[in-house]
Amino acid sequence: MASVKMPQLGESITEGTISKWLKQPGDQVKKYEGLVEVITDKVNAEVPAPLAGVLKEIKVKEGTTVTVGTEIAVIEEAVAATPAPGRASAQPPSVSAEREAPRESPSPGEDRGRASDESRTRLSPAVRALIEQHRISDAELSAIHGSGIGGRISKKDVEDYVAKRAQPAAANGEQRQRGAEAAPRPAAVPATPGTPVPLSPMRRAIASNMVRSKQTIPHAWTVAEVDMTNVVRFRQQARDSFKQREGIDLTFVPIIVKAVVEGLKAVPILNASWSDDGVVPHKEINIGVAVSVEDGLIVPVIHQADRMSIAGLAKVTDDLAKRARAGALTIPDVQGATFTVNNPGTFGTILSYSIIAPPQAGILAMDAIVKRPVVVEGDAIAIRSMMNLCLSFDHRVLDGVSAARFLQGVRRWLEGFSEQVPLY
Amino acid sequence: MAQKTVIEAIREGMDEEMARDPSVFLIGEDVGQRGGVFLASDGLYKKYGELRVIDSPLAESCIVGVAIGAAVNGMRPIAEIQFADFIAPAMNQIIEEAARFCYRTAGDFSLPMVIRAPWGGGVHGALYHSQSIEATFAHIPGLKVVAPGTPADAKGLLKAAVRDPDPVLFLEHKRTYRLVKGEVPGGDAVVPIGKAEVKREGTDLSLIAYGLMLTYCLEVAEKLAAEDISAEVLDLRTIKPIDQAAIVATAKKTGKVLVVHEDTRFAGIAAEVMAIIMEQAFDALDAPLMRLTAPDVPAMPFNHVLEQAFMPNADRILHKAKELAAY
Repeated sequence: MASVKMPQLGESITEGTISKWLKQPGDQVKKYEGLVEVITDKVNAEVPAPLAGVLKEIKVKEGTTVTVGTEIAVIEEAVAATPAPGRASAQPPSVSAEREAPRESPSPGEDRGRASDESRTRLSPAVRALIEQHRISDAELSAIHGSGIGGRISKKDVEDYVAKRAQPAAANGEQRQRGAEAAPRPAAVPATPGTPVPLSPMRRAIASNMVRSKQTIPHAWTVAEVDMTNVVRFRQQARDSFKQREGIDLTFVPIIVKAVVEGLKAVPILNASWSDDGVVPHKEINIGVAVSVEDGLIVPVIHQADRMSIAGLAKVTDDLAKRARAGALTIPDVQGATFTVNNPGTFGTILSYSIIAPPQAGILAMDAIVKRPVVVEGDAIAIRSMMNLCLSFDHRVLDGVSAARFLQGVRRWLEGFSEQVPLY
Repeated sequence: MAQKTVIEAIREGMDEEMARDPSVFLIGEDVGQRGGVFLASDGLYKKYGELRVIDSPLAESCIVGVAIGAAVNGMRPIAEIQFADFIAPAMNQIIEEAARFCYRTAGDFSLPMVIRAPWGGGVHGALYHSQSIEATFAHIPGLKVVAPGTPADAKGLLKAAVRDPDPVLFLEHKRTYRLVKGEVPGGDAVVPIGKAEVKREGTDLSLIAYGLMLTYCLEVAEKLAAEDISAEVLDLRTIKPIDQAAIVATAKKTGKVLVVHEDTRFAGIAAEVMAIIMEQAFDALDAPLMRLTAPDVPAMPFNHVLEQAFMPNADRILHKAKELAAY
């Protein structure tokens, strides 16, 4: 018997929620085959079986959160020749044990599927494209029988697998899609009034984070009004050529992120975290960008945003948003933010009070850019594109003066925007 | 439709073009009274006379040079090089003059001429009667290079070559002359230059070939089918301008490609085809691109065993195709 423990799926992650068991007690499992889906703060991850054998017992039910290191299941090794009693290691008892693992292989002489790992893992561009297209997990891939030379998985092998997987009630339980695709989707269930809709793991994670934030962080809130006319004009001019050159849309987000980076450089205290031992300033400026997805919200991170040009920020933002919506973010993608930018303005809001994502010290909301009559120099009235920037900050870490100075820095940078500001 | 050989199709093609357009004439060694060494122009001398079917001296530079001069003056010459191996004395005329004439005159002159040349081995022709010359000439900008493998394509492409405004090197595989038979559509069936054709549909791998190798590849595809391997056969037909779209399409379809030619390997047509696939269909590939060619030795040997060793044949293509299928 070997116990399976809740793995640490990333630095600073202390607990995980069991989202879905991919195997049931009594099922055969192969080494590295997907065993269970775990939800951490924001990412779904598939935990592979540490060894081959039979799943004996599930110790933690779906939907339950446990700390890292907690025993979540027990697997009985595949071979009768048991290792030392009480052994809880995840190592297979011997090489032969692993080889005995159930793999649909014919006589040893013909079995190319088992041959060198190098050949197996040498994936052709066509196979890679299919894996991407059909969202095939590593665990699934390792279960595909390679018919090519040296056990190579060919395009046809993957196509056959996908066809088999698509069949309803697939005969073998090893065929499951990973991640959000397979996770229960309570949102899709029609809600009956008076009956609670089961919480999705993401909903649950958001809820606990928000409660923790509001209960521990004394939020303060302040707003600056920014004249975005120059930025709007520039974007209109640059948009088509940028799209042609880079293949992506030049949105306001990378420009605002750039302004925020400049603001944080000027007021570094906002790029810090509260701890009981003191305020911890951060070396890097990593900007989280909130992206709404089907059943909630996810905040991928632009790491080292202070080292990027506007064009670079645009590329990274676009990639993160696309992957967020495709459910293809990895754990590093959502870790390490030191400050967050939120963009509710796309939905027309004009004043947003965002909740800080701990342990950050602040979050900035971009509200809608609207044309308004504004009194400009010389007491004239002009039509300008105006936007509110709403900052929530941790009042333990900084005071209103620093917050206002930050907003002022951001505002000045944006209002002073011209064609001279380099895109690259 | 009638079953015809490649040589009959070419003869018909020349006959029809000469009947259609009085500016078309034929010049070459023994093309007149003798009807050509392969009898490609048999009967044409009698029909069109010595002014339109001209026996030339044994000088390829003269044959091509006269054709260039005639073309500049509004004629549409067909210059026959008796064997492609003999084309070297006309290199200067072809490369320095014919290929560049349109460019040199900024488009004021075009050079509507065809150079027919029987090429390829497998006929026990040894060093001077077996060579493949397509890669040498395909490298030259300004030339079109055509290499049909079936009677219908030979006739249709010859018609297109005669009517083309630019110099076309028309390569006739001499082994196919009487070996390959096929239906030839009646009427004025022109096959456009620059279009490859899928001669057999398949899904598991693609065989790309031209000339005699096409026949072998079709044979191999049949054998592969018996082993449940579905091979697509793409006939390039025109070597230059090469049909990139057709090459990319078949590569994307099967993800596995074997290019076959009997020309030597280094910088051969296969290399160009493979480069096109790498540039445009990399993401669809499921195996390394493969090629089967003659080895890089100076010329086709005379010794029968060595000739067999030099030329790709159906057995060797089959072996290589299976290797690709198994990858």
